[in-house]
Amino acid sequence: MANRNDTARWSRTRTLAFVCLAIWAVFGFGIHAFAGGLNAVSVFGFPLGYYMAAQGSLIAFVILAFWFGGRQDAIDHEHGVAEDDF
Amino acid sequence: MAFHAHGTSDPAGTPTRILLIGIAGFVAFVVLLAVLEQVGVPHRVIGFLFVFFTLAVYAGIGILSRTTQADVYFVAGRRVPALFNGMATAANWLSAAPFLGLAGTLYVLGYDGLAFVIGWSGGFVLLGVLIVPYLRRFGAYTVPDFLAARFGGHAARFLGVVVLLSCSLAFLAAQLTATGLVASRFLGIGFETAVFIGLAGILLCAVLGGMRAVTWTQVAQYVVLITAYLTPVVILSVQRYGVPVPQLLYGQALQEIAGLEKQFAASGETLTPYLQPFTSYSPLEFFGLILCLTVGTASLPHLLMRYLTTPGVRETRRSVGWSLVFVVLLLFTAPAYAAFAKLEVYQAVIGTAVDSLPDWIYAYGNLGLVKICGADATAVEAIKAACASSGTTDGLLRLGDVSIDRDVIVIATPEIAGLPYVIAGLVAAGALAATLSSADGLLLAISGALSHDLYYKMARPRASASQRLFAARILLILVAIGAAWLAATKPADILSMTAWSFSLAAAGNFPALVLGIWWKRCTSAGAVAGIVAGFGLTLFYVLMTRYGDMEPWFGVPNISAALFGLPAGFVVTVAVSLMTRRPSRAVQRLLDAVRKPGAPLTEGGDPRRTAG
Repeated sequence: MANRNDTARWSRTRTLAFVCLAIWAVFGFGIHAFAGGLNAVSVFGFPLGYYMAAQGSLIAFVILAFWFGGRQDAIDHEHGVAEDDF
Repeated sequence: MAFHAHGTSDPAGTPTRILLIGIAGFVAFVVLLAVLEQVGVPHRVIGFLFVFFTLAVYAGIGILSRTTQADVYFVAGRRVPALFNGMATAANWLSAAPFLGLAGTLYVLGYDGLAFVIGWSGGFVLLGVLIVPYLRRFGAYTVPDFLAARFGGHAARFLGVVVLLSCSLAFLAAQLTATGLVASRFLGIGFETAVFIGLAGILLCAVLGGMRAVTWTQVAQYVVLITAYLTPVVILSVQRYGVPVPQLLYGQALQEIAGLEKQFAASGETLTPYLQPFTSYSPLEFFGLILCLTVGTASLPHLLMRYLTTPGVRETRRSVGWSLVFVVLLLFTAPAYAAFAKLEVYQAVIGTAVDSLPDWIYAYGNLGLVKICGADATAVEAIKAACASSGTTDGLLRLGDVSIDRDVIVIATPEIAGLPYVIAGLVAAGALAATLSSADGLLLAISGALSHDLYYKMARPRASASQRLFAARILLILVAIGAAWLAATKPADILSMTAWSFSLAAAGNFPALVLGIWWKRCTSAGAVAGIVAGFGLTLFYVLMTRYGDMEPWFGVPNISAALFGLPAGFVVTVAVSLMTRRPSRAVQRLLDAVRKPGAPLTEGGDPRRTAG
C-alpha cells in the first residue's frame, strides 16, 4: 500500500516526468516552428534552423534521456526504494 | 567467425571482449574482399560472399543460443546489460526505413524530411520516461500481458494482440520489400523470390533462438549495419573535403547546394529550395508527422519488448539512453548522405548531355528505379527519345528531367561516387542487417503474442512450456508467409509502410499504456473503448486512403494517420473511464507496486512466488 514516503516519491517522479516532457516538447516541436528565421544564422556552416532539426534536437534528446535516468535514480535512492543490484 | 559465434553463445562471459573480436573479424573480412576485388574476382561473387558470410554468422549465433526455456525465449532470461541491450534495441528499431528510406526522403524533401529524424529520436525520450521502466517492473513478457493485468480479462489482451499483429505485419512487410530490393540488385534474384528467401533466413534465427539468440544476433547486426552506413559517406567526405567526419562537413555541401540552386533558379528552372522549411509539408503535416513518429516509437510492441530483457528497472532506464545514442549515430548521418548525393546529382547529372550520363543511371534504370524525362533509364536511345519528345532539345538534362526512387539513394551512393564495388557490397550487407534485425524482433513479438497471449493465456491455459513453444513456431511461420505475400503485392514504398505501422501502434497502444500507468482512475471499459476508437479510426484512415479512394482529411497524408486516432483514443479512454466505476483495490495496489522499482512482480503475467 502507498504510504507517505511513496506518495512523496511519486509526486517528485511525476514532476520529473513533466519537466522531461516539457523539454522534449521544446526540442521536438517548439523550436522548429522558428526554423525559417533561425536559418538566417549560421553555425559550423549549417543554417541554424536546419542544424537544430538535423542535430541539435537529437543531442538534446540524448542528454535528456541520460539526465532523466540519473535524476530518477537519485529520487529512488533518497526515498529508499532504489533496487539493490540483483 | 568461429570466435564470434562461439563467444556470443555465452553472453554471461565477457561480452565486450567478444564484441571487439567480432568487430575486428568483420573489418578483416571486408579488407579481404577488397583485396579479392583488386585481383579480379567478379562483382557477383563478392556480393554473394558478403551476403552469405553475414547470414552464416547470424544463423550461427541463433543456433548456438537456441533455447526451450520460456523466460529465455521471451525475455533472454532478463540478463542483458544496458549497453548491449541499447545496441540490440538500436538494431531492432533501425529497420529498412531509416537505413534505406530516410536518406532518400531527405534527398527529395530537404528540410521537411527532418520530421522523421526529430520524431524518431524524440520517441525514445517518451518511451523511457513514460512507459518501459513500469512494464519492466511489472514483469511482462509481452505488451498485452500488461494490458491484461491492468485492465483485467481477455478483452484488453485480445485488443493488444490485434494492435500488435497489425502494426508488426505492416512493419514486417516493409522489411521484406527492402530485402527484395537489395537482393534483386546485388544477387540478381527476382523480387518475389528474394522476399521469400529473406524470410527463410529470418525465420531460422527467430524461430530457433527466441529472445536470447535475437539479442546477440542484433548486437552483431548493429555492428554490420552501422559500419556499412558510415563507410561510404566517410569516404565521400574525405574525397570532397579531406576530413572523415561527414556529420560536421556536410554543412559545406549544403551551402554548395544552395549556391547551385540559385544558379538553377536564375536560369529559369522551377525548384523547391532544399533548406527552406515547409515547402513539401505544411506546418500541420510536418508537426503531425513528428507527433505520430514520436508516439509510435514509444508504442511499438517489438521495441518495448526489448526493454523487458534487462536485469532491472534502473538498467532499463540506462539502456534507453544507450539505444538512443546508437540510433542517433545513424540519424545524424542520414542528412549527410542526402546532401552529398544531392550535390553529386546537381554537379554530375544536371546539365550533362543525355549521351554522357554516368553508368549507375543505367544500372538502376534497368531496375525501374531511375527515370530520365519520364522514361525508365534502360539505355541511351530510350532516354534520348523520351527527352526529345518532352522538349529537352539541346540534349542537356534539366532538374525536372531526373527522378530517382528514394529507396535507392543509400545503396546507389557508392556507385554514384565511383567507389569500389566492395563498398557497395558492404552497404548491401548493412541493409540486410538492418532489415533482418528488425524482422527478427518483429517475428519474436508476433510469436510471443500468438503463443503466449492467444494460445497459452486465452485458449489453453494448461499448455506446457514445450507445447507453447511449438505453437509459437507453427503460428510464426504462418504469419511470416502472410507478411511475405503482403510485401510481394508492393502496397507502398518502404517508408510509408513503416510510417503506417508507427501510426497504428501509436493510436492503439499509447493511450492505454500511458493512462494505464499514470492515471489510477483509468478503467477497463475506458481502455478497451479507447483502443477500439483510436486504433479503429487509424486503421480505417490508412485502409481507406490507400485502397478505398478516400480523400485525405484536412490534407493529412496517411503516413500521419494517428493524428486523428491518437486524440480520439485519449478522449474516449478518459470519457468512458469517468463514466464507469473506479478500478478495484487490487488494481490500485498493482499500480502502487508497478510505480516503485524492484524485482519483477510477475513472470510473464503469472504470479511470482518471490514477488516483492
